[in-house]
Amino acid sequence: MGIFASPLLQEAVGEAAVQGAGAPFEPFLPGLVVLLPLLGALVNGVAALVAARRSAEVVRGGGEWTLPDHRRPLTHRIPTWVGPGVVGVAFAIVLVNFFRMLPVELHEPVVVEYWTWMSTGTFEVAAALQLDQLSMLMMLVVTGVSFLIHVFSVGYMAADVGYPRYFAYLNLFVFFMLVLVTGASFPVLFVGWEGVGLCSYLLIGFWFSDPEKADAGKKAFIVNRIGDFGFLVAMFLLFNAFGTLNFTDVLGAAPEVLTYGGGLVTAVTLFMLLGATGKSAQIPLYTWLPDAMAGPTPVSALIHAATMVTAGVYLVARTSVLFALSPIGSLAVAGIGVLTALFAATIALTQYDIKKVLAYSTVSQLGYMFLGVGVGAYAAGVFHLMTHAFFKALLFLGSGAVIHAMHEALHHTHKDWDPQDMRNMGGLKRFLPVTWITMWIATLAISGIWPFAGFFSKDEIIWSAGVAARGPYAAFYSIFWVLSLAAAILTAFYMTRLMVMTFHGGNRTGEEEARHLHEVPLTMTVPLAALAVLSAFGGWINVPERVHESFLGLFGGLPMSEWLHHWLEPVTAAADEIRIEHLGPVAEAAPFGGGEVLWAVASTVAALVVVLIAVAVVRRRAIVPAVEAPEPSAGIHRLLYRKWYVDELYDAVIVRPVLGLSRFCWRVIDAGIIDGLVNAAGNLARAVGWFGSLFQTGALNTYAFVLTLGVLVILGSLVF
Amino acid sequence: MINLLFYVFAAVAIGGALGVVLGRNPVSSLMFMVVTLAAGAGVYVLLEAHFLAAVQVIVYAGAIMVLFLFVIMLLNLGHDYQADLRGGLWAVLAFVVSGAIAGLLAPSFRGTEAGPDVAGISAAAGIDQALADYGAVGVIARPLFTDYVVPFEITGILLLVAIVGAIALAKRTVR
Amino acid sequence: MIVNEALTLSAILFVLGTFGVIVRRNAIIMFLCVEIQLNAVNLAFVAFSRTMGIDGQIFVFFVMTVAAAEAAVGLAIIISVFRHYETVNVNHFNLLKW
Repeated sequence: MGIFASPLLQEAVGEAAVQGAGAPFEPFLPGLVVLLPLLGALVNGVAALVAARRSAEVVRGGGEWTLPDHRRPLTHRIPTWVGPGVVGVAFAIVLVNFFRMLPVELHEPVVVEYWTWMSTGTFEVAAALQLDQLSMLMMLVVTGVSFLIHVFSVGYMAADVGYPRYFAYLNLFVFFMLVLVTGASFPVLFVGWEGVGLCSYLLIGFWFSDPEKADAGKKAFIVNRIGDFGFLVAMFLLFNAFGTLNFTDVLGAAPEVLTYGGGLVTAVTLFMLLGATGKSAQIPLYTWLPDAMAGPTPVSALIHAATMVTAGVYLVARTSVLFALSPIGSLAVAGIGVLTALFAATIALTQYDIKKVLAYSTVSQLGYMFLGVGVGAYAAGVFHLMTHAFFKALLFLGSGAVIHAMHEALHHTHKDWDPQDMRNMGGLKRFLPVTWITMWIATLAISGIWPFAGFFSKDEIIWSAGVAARGPYAAFYSIFWVLSLAAAILTAFYMTRLMVMTFHGGNRTGEEEARHLHEVPLTMTVPLAALAVLSAFGGWINVPERVHESFLGLFGGLPMSEWLHHWLEPVTAAADEIRIEHLGPVAEAAPFGGGEVLWAVASTVAALVVVLIAVAVVRRRAIVPAVEAPEPSAGIHRLLYRKWYVDELYDAVIVRPVLGLSRFCWRVIDAGIIDGLVNAAGNLARAVGWFGSLFQTGALNTYAFVLTLGVLVILGSLVF
Repeated sequence: MINLLFYVFAAVAIGGALGVVLGRNPVSSLMFMVVTLAAGAGVYVLLEAHFLAAVQVIVYAGAIMVLFLFVIMLLNLGHDYQADLRGGLWAVLAFVVSGAIAGLLAPSFRGTEAGPDVAGISAAAGIDQALADYGAVGVIARPLFTDYVVPFEITGILLLVAIVGAIALAKRTVR
Repeated sequence: MIVNEALTLSAILFVLGTFGVIVRRNAIIMFLCVEIQLNAVNLAFVAFSRTMGIDGQIFVFFVMTVAAAEAAVGLAIIISVFRHYETVNVNHFNLLKW
């Protein structure tokens, strides 16, 4: 504890650290954590507007605005410091809070309320942050990984004229994500939920002048929206039952208000699952994520690997009580998760675009997280969320480095090959050694090989699935367990395939281009290294108890086993209680009555074997550059390459009918009926006017006649 | 005797009116009008409205019709022999409407009741008495300058306005 | 008393005047027919004054005065219109036609 004796840190970390557990947890400027990225977004936004003005002037003059080679304009130098800076400071503040929270045994979340957001009748929502172990973990992951990705972006996006706009959007995204993970009530979480969806759209369609990329952004937002509908319905149901939407109130009262396995809680969890599938790209709402690769690669790393897509998992973990109360809801979560994991893995096997492989890999790993929280292993699901953030962000950033290098090389010789197609790469380990090593670390991690991070988290999940296979719905969970194993094998295979095609073998890019291939600058390699360290050692915070004593756990060398699990206990306590109450001893039992160490060893060995087989298989295949390569035409290969034709299916079944309906509404109802009615009203007025005008003949005799007629009428009325 | 005279005057009046309506050229229409006015004056005398009869001849037939004649001569319309009667449907319609008005007016011709007696004397006898007392002019002048002096003065202003208006409308604009 | 007969005469003259106004196209003749109508009304007033009192005749006095003024102004209008159109055929005065 010596470090805490330093007076500066002591003040920052607070008295709790010195006094020890028992003192209350005092949050340290939590609002600033959330506010800083917003301020960064505003500053960068102003810079972006100024830059846009200047660029508009140039474009109006008929030219094209490019950045000068040496001294970049002020609008492009400010975001370099403001962008990563605000996130870095936010991360530092989160760290302070973390160290303040560590020694305290926090059983209830600390809610910091700022002001009342809505107050109508009985419905009251406050703008409040909730600080407990789960939100703290999420904040650490979000700000930490975001910071590394911001630094990486400085190098990656340096040549782009939209540089300030990029950082404005990225900071805005971090702001919304932080609102999401620290929100103290469903509506506040939903604000963040929607906000990250918006930023995702803005960033995917960053290069919006390309209609394909703009369409990808729209697709992401629209598919997300379908999920949001589910989330909203769940919120309505909850409000109807509880009269409030604060987490502490709802989740605290849930076991009393809702009946176990009842219709209401099942409906709520299923609708929330719908929302989560939209945000976390599970079946059936995953189609937007592969298309989202149209955005810049750091965006894919941040949003579609480490943070936004994990929002669904976070939601399930946060409302774990509700899912524990609904076995059907949990079954659905686990089922969709594992099916998605396997399904996406099959598609990743055949893709040639390096980012597409990683995208499907993300979908697959998210499936694993869903499987984890579905079987009741909430801590395991969140653990995998964390480790996945590390190695998937690393993989994406690494691929970004590869694409950056390929792009530069191809640009020099003006060859218009696709820099993202792996068939155009090969043997890049000579040119990008740092990238090569760090990506291999990530690959080993994702394949679940000891001692890297993915091993501990993925193993835990598969283990928990096995445990669940002994309880109710055993048949389902057994199948899920088998499928999860299959998906793990496929994961190892396709990731190795990616590595071999990209970095090993002979270089296919071309002799001329190869001379321009070189490693990426420091701003990009340092984050890669940092993430590699986390991917390598991040798993050790949650070594399962069972293996702790064995050689796999370094013979108990670590101070504690399952540290993360114990730390998160207060958050999942209510859910765990319910599970123990209803599932009995099965909730804690081991699937095979022992042999945990053996199982762990076997899984690592199996993964290694798959990696070696993959290396052999891929090296043997003769790979041709993309322009010369034929499209896969043979049966299964074609089916997987075309993504099981799901996009085409959605297009035919959903998109076309909706477009047809819209066209009908437009042509028939709007233009025909409504416009017709309005026009008819106008025409009627015209007709009446025309009829009236007939009386204006301009001839005096007519007027005299009509006058006389009037006199006649009056006389008549007087006489009769 | 009075009845016979009346019927003669009536026939002349109607004949004159027909002549006005059906006359081909404006001057002949005008002459027929003068005849009608004269017959009307005659009827006034029969109704013991002597002053009005005189005024009718002097002002109406003498001044107004002469004014009409001056205008016709000024515009050189005297030679216009074009038929300007609207024929066909119009005439029928006009006939129908006019006939209808006549028909509606008809019931009111029989048995007009006498007005209220003033101081025990019927209206006709009152007028006769006033005629005898004040003479033909006096019987009009007396109410005109006592009970009706305000309309009298206003009519004076009206005449002034009419003069100004007529001059302003008819004079040639100076180029 | 010839009051009733006088009223009948008045009605007939009025109707004749109406017919003339509707049927004739010459503006001056139309005006003349209006004068016939006025005359018929005067006759009715005078006839009624035999039964209602001297006020009828006073009214006729005023009607005649106003008719004179109106004739002057009306003819002045016709003259100025004639300067424009070179005719007094009312069919040609159709600027008010829609």
